[in-house]
Amino acid sequence: MNGKRKSKGKHKIKKIQLKISKEEIWQILETVKDPEVPVLSIMDLGIVRQVEWIEGENEKGFWKITITPTYSGCPAMDMISTQIRMTLYAAGIDAFEINTILSPAWTTEWMTASGKEKLREYGIAPPHPLPAHYADQTFIDHSPVACPRCQSAHTHRISEFGSTACKALYQCDDCKEPFDYFKCH
Amino acid sequence: MPLAPDSRLPTPDYLLHLADNALILGHRNSEWCGHGPILEQDIAITNISLDLIGQSRYLYQYAASIMGEGATEDSLAYLRDVREFKNYLLLELPKGDWAVTVLRQYFFSQFQILQYRALQQKQDIQLSAIAEKAIKETVYHLRWSKEWVIRLGDGTEESSRRMNKAVDYLWSYTGELFMPSKFEIACAETEIGVDPATLKDEWYASVQQVFAEAALTLPSQGWTQSGGKEGVHTEHLGFILAELQFMQRAYPGNEW
Repeated sequence: MNGKRKSKGKHKIKKIQLKISKEEIWQILETVKDPEVPVLSIMDLGIVRQVEWIEGENEKGFWKITITPTYSGCPAMDMISTQIRMTLYAAGIDAFEINTILSPAWTTEWMTASGKEKLREYGIAPPHPLPAHYADQTFIDHSPVACPRCQSAHTHRISEFGSTACKALYQCDDCKEPFDYFKCH
Repeated sequence: MPLAPDSRLPTPDYLLHLADNALILGHRNSEWCGHGPILEQDIAITNISLDLIGQSRYLYQYAASIMGEGATEDSLAYLRDVREFKNYLLLELPKGDWAVTVLRQYFFSQFQILQYRALQQKQDIQLSAIAEKAIKETVYHLRWSKEWVIRLGDGTEESSRRMNKAVDYLWSYTGELFMPSKFEIACAETEIGVDPATLKDEWYASVQQVFAEAALTLPSQGWTQSGGKEGVHTEHLGFILAELQFMQRAYPGNEW
């Protein structure tokens, strides 16, 4: 009897999975947020690189979800992986595999325009476009970072390393507020 | 035509050497957590630790996948003994004062950036991808540590005295960076790894430039400490491992 029930359950799940389109998977993933910056989804950050349906034998297939880490040591990555898993399960999808790739290496260039806007509203200055000469400078590029609160360009860097790996610490010289800058990477 | 599997992949020793370097310096730097000279720099040095430990994880994971037989990133980091670690002696020395910490970070980041850039061009896809990712982080480490060496070297009388003392202390450990081991030669021959001797000239030229700006005198390239890659370490590594591995040794298989 147990066996019967099991196979019935499996059948049900398979049916649901066939109905789901790639666009719907993207939409589901849009609801997974970065645990450190909860206004950003993993789509805004550009962490999800690819979603594809892989055909298997005997009509069994699975969704292959390819993600890439932001920083090597980012402690949020394990959490993000778990959240993707939980969110897909909650949507009735269990035939999937999460695949992590390192190359091409993640860059803030992949952050969406709406993601940058959400960051600003949240009080974090969004990343600048990546300068071409970025890698070889002795001292940091001091192009002004606008204050996310008063939009002043009179700001200064307090520290190149901030509260998380992806942020630097700045202060506004006009409104005096300290703020995080999501550094370009 | 496909090559034999053993020559297509990096040897475990080579990956462990790269991983151990990142883990041991990451652990050393993490000792500043809560003890940094000011809050922002406490955060900076621990961020660098986190990057290094993250890099070591990718390298251990890759080594474990090649080694098989139940090896995991955790067993490689937590269950190997002193003689099995292949990191540079430079990286296991006590953290010292801020001058020692930032100078060592500079020496190593300057080396690591050259090594990772060379690795990115090599034939192994996974190792090249790890290098590509790590370069971006190392650029920050390099810039940050370089700024500090210049700031302290060309700063006050006291900061200059400390930085000169750090140079005297660390210099004889830098030669080991460029002494190739058997496993490095083997991986360089198959175009998977980098012979560190090929990085020496560029490293010296960069250090010379920074030292000039920092009003420091570059010592002569004399006798050098070595042995780390062969597992012959200073007494300091045992103490690091005692702390790093305690939980897994006392409570095997323990998880968060």
